[in-house]
Amino acid sequence: MKQIKIALVGQPNVGKSMLTNAMGDTTLHVGNFSGVTVEKKEIKFKYKDYSINIVDLPGTYMLTNYSMEEKVTSDFLNNEQYDLILNVADSTNLERNLQLTSELLNLDRKMLIALNMTDEAKKEGISIDAQYMSELLGVRITKVSAATKEGISELIQNIVTTYESNKKQNKLVFSESIEEEIRNIEQHLNDNKFQTEYSYRKIAIDLISEDKERYKELLENPIWVTLQPILLEAKNHIKIHHDEEAMIDIFADEFISFNTAILTETVKEKNVDSEKLTTTQKIDNIFIHPILGIPIFLFLMWGLFQLTFEVGSIPMDWIDGFFGWLGDTVGNNIANDDLRSLIVDGLIGGVGAVVLFVPNIIILFVGIALLEGTGYMSRVAYLLDGFFHKFGLHGQSFIPLVTGFGCSIPAYMGARILKNDKDRLLTLFIIGFMSCGARLPVYVLFIGAFFAPQYAGNALFAIYIGGAIIGIILAKVLKMTAFKGESEPFVMEMPKYRMPSAMLIWHTVKIKTFMYLKKAGTFIAAASLLIWFLSNYPKNDTLTFEFEQKITSAQEAQKDDLSNLLNEKLLEQSYLGQVGKLIEPLFEPLGMDWKMAVALQTGLAAKEVVVSTLGVLYSLGGDVDEENSSLKERLYANIPFASAVAFIIIMMMYLPCLAATVVFSREAGGFKYVAYLFVFTTTVAYLFAFVGYHIALLF
Amino acid sequence: MNKTIVDCLLNKTYIIKKLHTTGALRQRLISFGILKGVQIKYLSSTNLHATYEIQVGKMSIALRKEEAMKIEVEDYETN
Repeated sequence: MKQIKIALVGQPNVGKSMLTNAMGDTTLHVGNFSGVTVEKKEIKFKYKDYSINIVDLPGTYMLTNYSMEEKVTSDFLNNEQYDLILNVADSTNLERNLQLTSELLNLDRKMLIALNMTDEAKKEGISIDAQYMSELLGVRITKVSAATKEGISELIQNIVTTYESNKKQNKLVFSESIEEEIRNIEQHLNDNKFQTEYSYRKIAIDLISEDKERYKELLENPIWVTLQPILLEAKNHIKIHHDEEAMIDIFADEFISFNTAILTETVKEKNVDSEKLTTTQKIDNIFIHPILGIPIFLFLMWGLFQLTFEVGSIPMDWIDGFFGWLGDTVGNNIANDDLRSLIVDGLIGGVGAVVLFVPNIIILFVGIALLEGTGYMSRVAYLLDGFFHKFGLHGQSFIPLVTGFGCSIPAYMGARILKNDKDRLLTLFIIGFMSCGARLPVYVLFIGAFFAPQYAGNALFAIYIGGAIIGIILAKVLKMTAFKGESEPFVMEMPKYRMPSAMLIWHTVKIKTFMYLKKAGTFIAAASLLIWFLSNYPKNDTLTFEFEQKITSAQEAQKDDLSNLLNEKLLEQSYLGQVGKLIEPLFEPLGMDWKMAVALQTGLAAKEVVVSTLGVLYSLGGDVDEENSSLKERLYANIPFASAVAFIIIMMMYLPCLAATVVFSREAGGFKYVAYLFVFTTTVAYLFAFVGYHIALLF
Repeated sequence: MNKTIVDCLLNKTYIIKKLHTTGALRQRLISFGILKGVQIKYLSSTNLHATYEIQVGKMSIALRKEEAMKIEVEDYETN
């Protein structure tokens, strides 16, 4: 069986992913390119005697290093091992797409082209003579449509044929002034019998077009001494001839001339009335309307979040119920107390908490995939960039930030829509300031305990809005300090509106969900075991024994109180309690005791846990919720108002839950970012809590 | 005073005269086919003219005002 490794390259929005899905029974492997958070999709399938492996490279307009994605693609094409390049182009916009094609031809590798969206081109009255184009370019060309699966088998056959045949010299030609210099350099290389894996022509073109890799290579070679003056003169000639300063402009111009020549020969387009609006323009007249645009967007977002958190909560209840049942059933079959607690509370409870968010993630990602796949997302960036740019953010930051009000996990994952690294990191750092749904019970509990019912709504609103405002202001602060530097330019394509295929959306969502379950699941299972251990050990048998005797002899009415007191004492002397005692001095300036410190620590595992921990610590047992009136009374009796304010402020700002932190670490690109996030959020939370505490003391 | 995209009239065609930028942004613009001699059309802008939408060939490109101001244009003669 022969292996064919293919590098799949194309500009964004040409339907690359859809094409790979259309190529048949595929096994998809998704990972990251080494060292960066750019998704690497690989597809393997068998055809006749061949095992075909396609690496789907990130979409790129040109082989430049503008974004992380573009860098990944050009690095892969230049340095990795592969057998041939499959270039996908959009038949309805060849003028743009051939720009990349000419650059790819210049790589001088075995290559073939798939003209995708043939069906759409037909509808638009564009006819392409692929046969002739193929002769002119010197590479095989197949007309395909990923949507209708037209031409797919022919494409696969052409892959094999290209693989088996010898590499043909491509027919990329430049204007005479450049061709002359290419010949000069070729001649010089030939005279010196220069040893290389590339053709002399490619080396000459690379040198003239100022390809850094080629320079590096030749600089180490003795031929450089004699080559340099020739090259210098060649470049001067070309620049004088083209009346331009930069080579990149000259070459872009050359490619355009070359492509225009090819297209005039091979593409016939029905004359369209340029005054008549296209469907996309009609839709955009409404969607990016100066006044209606933003309200329409807000409405769509509102709808998406309603779906995510309302519809999502239905299966969440089932999942919660299932893990509860599983815990009970398994628990009943384990005789050993410690082992049962480990499996039921630690393992099943921890994993259950992770699985619980899956419905939210699926719904939200179907929504985002739809918004992205249709082309609407770039309109969002266009509409909102004006506002967000003032705070150093990007128009598209809005979506992950609003998602953060529901749950930080999909928000961190959603930040991937930001293609620029700095924009994405900045957004990731402030997502936590949007209070997630899990913090709501804690807020409700404290507001209920410390505010009169008529102020409760306002207080809650203030918490949410306050967090968001502080977050956005902090974005500005970060932008001026840690993420300093010139702000990234905003130049992006607003693609034609298209209906993405259900298949593609399903694939995207499936991949994201599995990634979440795999990475977060394994790590969180381990971490929840750790927290379970810290709060349950060391055991204190004498204390337990003492209390159990008291409980047996006590009157019925006191039994509950005593067992609650036992739980409190046990937690106090557990490792977690010991840590709480140890860090108590740190919390003293905020008016907090070790109990509040411990509650905040358990919140690092999951925010909902804070309520049950407070229940244990204030001797009511862990089985309480935010509506529990006796817990409210106890909090009111035991905690000064100012300390409660400080506690809420910390809840609003410190590190998100463990699951979210793990996802953050993956999306930001490493554990060191968790350290930064920890320092950043802790400092901010502490400072604000300190100020809040002292202001509250005045009342 | 050079005429740039921000001075264009809606739905009128212009020719790019010069890109007043270097480095990454220039590369970015060129990769979208925005370079000297190319026809462009100003399609829309947002409320406070923070972002602009222009048409280059068959593509719609969104740009920030800062970037739009770096693209010098001249009127397209239809004779």
